[in-house]
Amino acid sequence: MSSGIRFESVSVAYGKNVVLDSLDLTVEPGEVMALLGPSGSGKTTALRAVAGFVKPASGRVFIGERDVTALPPYRRGIGMVVQQYALFPHLRVEDNVAFGLKAQKVDKAEIPARVAEALEMTGMASYAKRYPRELSGGQQQRVAIARALAIRPNVLLLDEPLSALDAQLRSGMLAELARLHRELPDVSILYVTHDQVEALTLADRIAVMDKARLQDCGTPQELYRRPRTEFTASFVGNANLLPVQVGAAGVRFDGVELSVDTQGAAEGASATLCVRPHLVGLGEGPNALRGTISEVQWRGSTHRLYVEVGEGRHRVKADVRELRETPVLGEDVVLHFAAEDAVLLGAGVSGG
Amino acid sequence: MLVHSRTGKWATWVVFFLLFLPLFALPLLVILTASFSTHWSGAFPSGPTVENYGAAVRGESLQALTTSLVTALAASVLALTFGSWAALAAAALKKGGKRALDALFMLPVAVPSVVVGLAVLVAFSQPPFLLNGTRWIVILAHTILVTAFAYQSVSAAIVRLDPMYEQAAASLGARPSYVLWRVKLPLLLPSLNAAAGLCFALSMGELSATMMLYPPDWMPLPVQIFTATDRGSLFAGSAVAVVLMGTTLLVLLAVSRIRTKASFR
Repeated sequence: MSSGIRFESVSVAYGKNVVLDSLDLTVEPGEVMALLGPSGSGKTTALRAVAGFVKPASGRVFIGERDVTALPPYRRGIGMVVQQYALFPHLRVEDNVAFGLKAQKVDKAEIPARVAEALEMTGMASYAKRYPRELSGGQQQRVAIARALAIRPNVLLLDEPLSALDAQLRSGMLAELARLHRELPDVSILYVTHDQVEALTLADRIAVMDKARLQDCGTPQELYRRPRTEFTASFVGNANLLPVQVGAAGVRFDGVELSVDTQGAAEGASATLCVRPHLVGLGEGPNALRGTISEVQWRGSTHRLYVEVGEGRHRVKADVRELRETPVLGEDVVLHFAAEDAVLLGAGVSGG
Repeated sequence: MLVHSRTGKWATWVVFFLLFLPLFALPLLVILTASFSTHWSGAFPSGPTVENYGAAVRGESLQALTTSLVTALAASVLALTFGSWAALAAAALKKGGKRALDALFMLPVAVPSVVVGLAVLVAFSQPPFLLNGTRWIVILAHTILVTAFAYQSVSAAIVRLDPMYEQAAASLGARPSYVLWRVKLPLLLPSLNAAAGLCFALSMGELSATMMLYPPDWMPLPVQIFTATDRGSLFAGSAVAVVLMGTTLLVLLAVSRIRTKASFR
């Protein structure tokens, strides 16, 4: 049975407030799709529409080939993990994991083995007899994942599953989730997050959402290396966005000629040039920009320099390898970047 | 602590006892003392005895105690069932409907219980619902009076119940009825338990509506105490009152023990 998720112009509104505006999106069977966006962008609403907890005002939701728009949540065959774990506090870990199996009237003889399997998969087998309150946050989240996997769903919905964990635990759980996905290649995963690192690490494709709309969708590499909009550029990774004029063989930024691939943009048009901060170098080089340092942040392995460039005093961020001597504020410096590291964003694109 | 200085703490305690003792403890203490006496003409009672208790735990009084216990138990169970049911239904309603239901269940609390008693008396004195003269009319009146409290405490607990549990259960394929029995009710258990205790205590002490309704063969303990003191048997009445107080406290203690277990799970 194929198990993708398909949104067909799904809109959700609370009264007059549109929280999801005609979303069209397909998650292929076995694919991890990250819904990435700031809070209030409609990403959680989209997930809840798949789960059945919000009713679309229009449009249809498919799981596999089945139109589930009108089905109640308990008939959709999904697994869901939420940020606050939502483990049943009155049940032991094993009973939490067995809950879905009992509710779906799985053969009683089969349940213990499937509970053990799910707990084994998440490394929680030795905690079966504990109550949720006796577990740490990370352990509770593993149990929540085991509980969702025990019913062998075709579709797994993860709603900011790592947001309540501390940074170190989060990167560990990220690796766990990636491993789980390798072990369960048929399960489609919809992963809602506001954290670009989680999305870039885990997702096969990322759907970028903002202001109730789908802004962009593509593989992490596409979105990171060749963003199409300013919003994507600034939300998926960090970006310097420079207002430029398209010229004959490059672009003009604040009176400085920069040689970049103009991708056939019309000469004279206004556009935005996107350069990732870690691809900006300090010192003379191609596409040199002169300016003064306005702020320095030491981040351990790197220094982030904020440099005010040119007449317009545009702030350019540069992440450079840790410097022996911390630059002084107000110092004149030269920044440069390679032509192939810059991306020209479509003329007339606004936002971000 | 809000008060930090040593003298301030002492002063607070003194004020607390000055207010608390006369208002709450002293009346109860007086009844307790009276129940062990035969005369009370001076500042202190005289003629210490335990005979009052001899009468208070047998015969008519014992029967009244059983009557009260059965009435309170039945009323609590019924009130808890209907109250929780209504509270669960109200939670699923839209705002207007919920408000209407809230107001409806406020009525027995807002209206004096004498009025509720009279209403029940008038309503059930004629066929087809002829309950007057039977024990059922007492149980019915108590149920009506305490259902309001059951409804309110369960209603408040449902509001506090995080909907994510219900949603997690639904996403795991549990039907609404399964969610109710396996998730919602277990999570509401501490509140249901507290509501049960409250209903029981209120029903054990109900007098005004009961006075208008009780048949000769179903006289609850508060009525017994009232008639005893009305006849002038103040000390015998005190002993019965202490028995009523003790029994109620004992049941509440047992109920609260169950509650601690439920909330620690």
